Amino acid sequence: MNITATPALPLGDDALILSHRLGEWAGHAPVLEEEVALANIALDLLGQARVLLSLTGDEDELAYLREERQFHNLQLVEQPNGDFAHTIARQLYFSTYQELLFDHLAATESELAPLAGKAVKEVAYHRDHAHQWTLRLGDGTDESHARMQRALDSLWQFTGELFEPVDGLETVPWSALDDSWTTRITATLEQATLTIPEGPRHGAWRAGAGRQGLHTESFGRLLAEMQHLHRSHPGATW
Amino acid sequence: MTTIAPEETAREAVFDATVAAEERIEPRDWMPDAYRSTLVRQIAQHAHSEIIGMQPEANWITRAPSLRRKAILMAKVQDEAGHGLYLYSAAETLGTGRDELLDKLHSGRQKYSSIFNYPTLTWADVGAIGWLVDGAAITNQVPLCRCSYGPYARAMVRICKEESFHQRQGYELLLTLSRGTEAQHAMAQDAVDRWWWPSLMMFGPPDDESSHSAQSMAWKIKRHSNDELRQRFVDICVPQAEALGLTLPDPDLTWNEERGHWDFGPINWAEFREVLKGNGPCNEQRISRRRQAHEEGAWVREAAAAHAAKHGKATR
Repeated sequence: MNITATPALPLGDDALILSHRLGEWAGHAPVLEEEVALANIALDLLGQARVLLSLTGDEDELAYLREERQFHNLQLVEQPNGDFAHTIARQLYFSTYQELLFDHLAATESELAPLAGKAVKEVAYHRDHAHQWTLRLGDGTDESHARMQRALDSLWQFTGELFEPVDGLETVPWSALDDSWTTRITATLEQATLTIPEGPRHGAWRAGAGRQGLHTESFGRLLAEMQHLHRSHPGATW
Repeated sequence: MTTIAPEETAREAVFDATVAAEERIEPRDWMPDAYRSTLVRQIAQHAHSEIIGMQPEANWITRAPSLRRKAILMAKVQDEAGHGLYLYSAAETLGTGRDELLDKLHSGRQKYSSIFNYPTLTWADVGAIGWLVDGAAITNQVPLCRCSYGPYARAMVRICKEESFHQRQGYELLLTLSRGTEAQHAMAQDAVDRWWWPSLMMFGPPDDESSHSAQSMAWKIKRHSNDELRQRFVDICVPQAEALGLTLPDPDLTWNEERGHWDFGPINWAEFREVLKGNGPCNEQRISRRRQAHEEGAWVREAAAAHAAKHGKATR
């Protein structure tokens, strides 16, 4: 497979893998309205993934025929759904990041500007959805507060990677985005009566691990499920 | 012993005249108790079917073989959740809350369509469900767009538009498989072989065994008999199967020149009754999954309610 090196690939992988995780919620959501909302977000992300991957090559070859080490998504987006609080925490961290990044890209000359300009409207909705649920869960019952705090704490180790420079996007002011991200997340958590997690913002791998194709263990299993049918029928069209 | 007050008789006459004139009964209108309870039962069962029906298809979301198909399937499952919401709203206009209806589903006191107790074993099943199951549902539901109860009729107009779209997508999926590799063609044929008879059962028992039919037809909730709709469906499907390059698993399928319809073989009503009784291949799994989602989501719903109470907002 001939993969052109472009920042569209890691950003496309983020959207593809998070969309896949959200797709796992279908039929499991706590209320019907959330069946609709989670599927809606998953569909938006899948749409973004298709555009981004198509800038790089054939979307299906890229999604179905690469192995773990060739995927460049953030480790955050591959994390298992866990309970609803984990899903919301993951979404809050990611959507806040994606909104800031796309907002910036939309105003540049980058080939990603048109996509970012369109997607930022979707992403603002995703962030608002996660923000509203963080408030409800954080400032809901004792149990929901504890679950939300636990989810935020356990995913915190994957947030440092969000602001490691992406190849081809050297002009993005990554550390300024990180500051804005921290300010926004802090404001949401304070309003939700939650506390900003302590501890390192990087996991066992050093900076940029997912971007370099170094993933967490659950990722291989995700790909096995996602790819098995496509790989079982080489060359078939669907 | 109850006596019927004169004003009751007058209301009943207004109701009868409204139904006879093909006008709509609306939530605030007087209606016979039996009409109300029949509608609650039917609309709730319809809503439950949308919700349980998400499961067999959601089973393939994470394994869809192309990103285009994955997007189509996700959108479809999302539509089904939306249809469930419209239908629960329609049922609520009759004075029953969604929570109460969900309780009845979870405890087995209300049913859902028997078709969703069959498993989706291969990717082609997603296509067979779209073509046959959604096709049967549309044949059943299009006449409901003229149902005498306004909120239900209006929900059906929206639902039928989206269902027709799903059905075309399912057909197109099967067509792609049928014209694909040998293995894909075989996968499509196998799926049609497994889904054909259960789809015919979706129209319900034969007319001489259908307990609610006569009254529902008199009230113009129902417009055609089970057997009439089943025949209509078979007549539509036979040429479609031919165009697909697939066969239907019925050796008795023959064109009857005299009737102007396709004759078809006997349906296994013993199997139908077993599935309705809860002994189908997936009854236990489907209802457990639904209960589990509801139970595991309890803390989330409680949190939303507690937050709304603190901040003075309605939960929904």
